[in-house]
Amino acid sequence: MSAVAMPSERDAVPGAAEPILVVDRIVKRFDTPDGTLTAVDDVSLSIKPGEFFGVIGPSGCGKSTLFNVIGGLLDGYDGAVRVGGETVRGPHPAIGMIFQEESTFPWRSVIDNVAFPLEIAGMPKAERYARAGHFVSLVGLNGFERRFPAELSGGMRQRVSMARTLAAEPKIMLMDEPFASLDEQTRLLLGDKVLQIQQELKQTTLLITHNITEAVQLSDRIMVMTYRPGKVKRIVDIDLPRPRTSEIVSSEAFGRYVAQIWNDLREEATRGLLDDESRKLRAGGPS
Amino acid sequence: MSGPIPFSKRRYFPAILGLGSCAGAVLLVELLVYVELLNRFIIPPPSDVVAAFPRVILEEHVLSRFMLTAGEALAASVLVTIFGVAGGVLLYQFNLLRLATETWVAAIAAAPLVLMYPLYLVIFGRNATTIVMMGFTAGLAPIILKTLEGLAGTRRVLINVGRSFNLTPSQQFWKILFPAALPTIFVGMRLGLIFALINIVGVEYLINFGGLGQLINELAERFDIAGTYAAICFVIVVSIIVFMLTERLERWLRPAG
Ligand SMILES: Nc1ncnc2c1ncn2[C@@H]1O[C@H](COP(=O)(O)OP(=O)(O)OP(=O)(O)O)[C@@H](O)[C@H]1O
Ligand SMILES: [Mg+2]
Repeated sequence: MSAVAMPSERDAVPGAAEPILVVDRIVKRFDTPDGTLTAVDDVSLSIKPGEFFGVIGPSGCGKSTLFNVIGGLLDGYDGAVRVGGETVRGPHPAIGMIFQEESTFPWRSVIDNVAFPLEIAGMPKAERYARAGHFVSLVGLNGFERRFPAELSGGMRQRVSMARTLAAEPKIMLMDEPFASLDEQTRLLLGDKVLQIQQELKQTTLLITHNITEAVQLSDRIMVMTYRPGKVKRIVDIDLPRPRTSEIVSSEAFGRYVAQIWNDLREEATRGLLDDESRKLRAGGPS
Repeated sequence: MSGPIPFSKRRYFPAILGLGSCAGAVLLVELLVYVELLNRFIIPPPSDVVAAFPRVILEEHVLSRFMLTAGEALAASVLVTIFGVAGGVLLYQFNLLRLATETWVAAIAAAPLVLMYPLYLVIFGRNATTIVMMGFTAGLAPIILKTLEGLAGTRRVLINVGRSFNLTPSQQFWKILFPAALPTIFVGMRLGLIFALINIVGVEYLINFGGLGQLINELAERFDIAGTYAAICFVIVVSIIVFMLTERLERWLRPAG
């Protein structure tokens, strides 16, 4: 499987300006009982190799829809997604996805979960366990290899999903609110882990979140999305030094970025809330 | 069964508790019959049932009958599992088929299929095939329905994980859908095997052919109440064996528990 790329292949383009991932004027509409809903409206992005790109927006603005479009899981949209110049039709082997919902396989142990993509690629047992073991320790789960997801905490399960996607060694990582269900402290520390892994593997990463701190802590650039339809409101460059750790959260420059993005977001989030409430009223009370 | 059991053997404690309460219930029945709260011509005292065992074993060839009924149960279990799971998979794969037949299958599950035995007698004759086929027919619907339910209930995100790793359709089925549906499939198997066993013994009883069902019929007609209950105990042993086998199978297929 080509998703298991050799390391030399991965960092072959140091500092190249050619974008690795291009999202070109994506429009995705859903047919709902209340008429057509435009979830993503005319979103364009271009992400350079090795870049950490954050997408932030209020709940329901179309982030997961965009994620699924880029990952090739949704079709019937306008526009195009290109990976290394090649138009994506269906899941692309260069793209790895970490989902918003709990996505470990409950019938597989931690090591078998992580070894899953290697098993699919037909790697011999001993080799794939060795490889998977490496990614298990990368996300800090040594000693839990033989446990099953039901025996782990939510954060640990999320790390298992992350290790499983990492094990396929995709050039591009898409993450949809991977830490949404975690407390702030764990989230910050896992954020460090993600950055460390991303720098180590020189992966291009697209992180979807609705957490401003997390977005600023991790990203080189952040796209702020509007609420309904989900458009690009602004793309902000985050000029904070690398390597970063969660300590950066207390710096003054960090605070300025957070304030700026919160300003953009507040308006959208408010619109989202009002919209939800009015819909509930129309539907005759809370659902 | 003597001497106190040390608590260090706690692994066996649930089993001992189970057997203990079973023995307790038996003693209670014995007592109730003894004080004539229960009519001994309807419910024989358990001691009489125990006393009937040697007679039933030696005179009524209960062991060969047991083997016959167990064999029929096993054959029906294997058939019903294979065809039930395959049927569920088919209905899952072909939505039109599902829409067309799902209600029927559910209706069949609720129908008193045992009443079809005359038809089966005509088709297969008065032999073990009729009995196995009756068991098979009775157990099929719940397994089909539960298999379908398990497959259709697979969480969307797990399917998406498979798609994101570019799984082929057959990998998608064997690596994700099937293991995700297994717990539900086993619920269906338990139900289906119960239905099958009830019908096997019932038809043996009705057509007076073969194994334990026929023996129960004969003993009941001779008003050998204690013997009848002793024979029923052997039916229970058959069902215990079938269930132990499914449990084995489940543990083998589903180590996560
Ligand atoms: N399959 C679908 N059918 C109809 N509408 C959908 C579908 N998927 C998403 N939507 C709608 O599209 C909008 C965007 O949904 P999406 O899941 O992309 O939001 P989100 O930004 O990821 O939200 P959150 O932060 O809460 O995860 C929502 O209004 C949702 O109701
Ligand atoms: Mg989402």
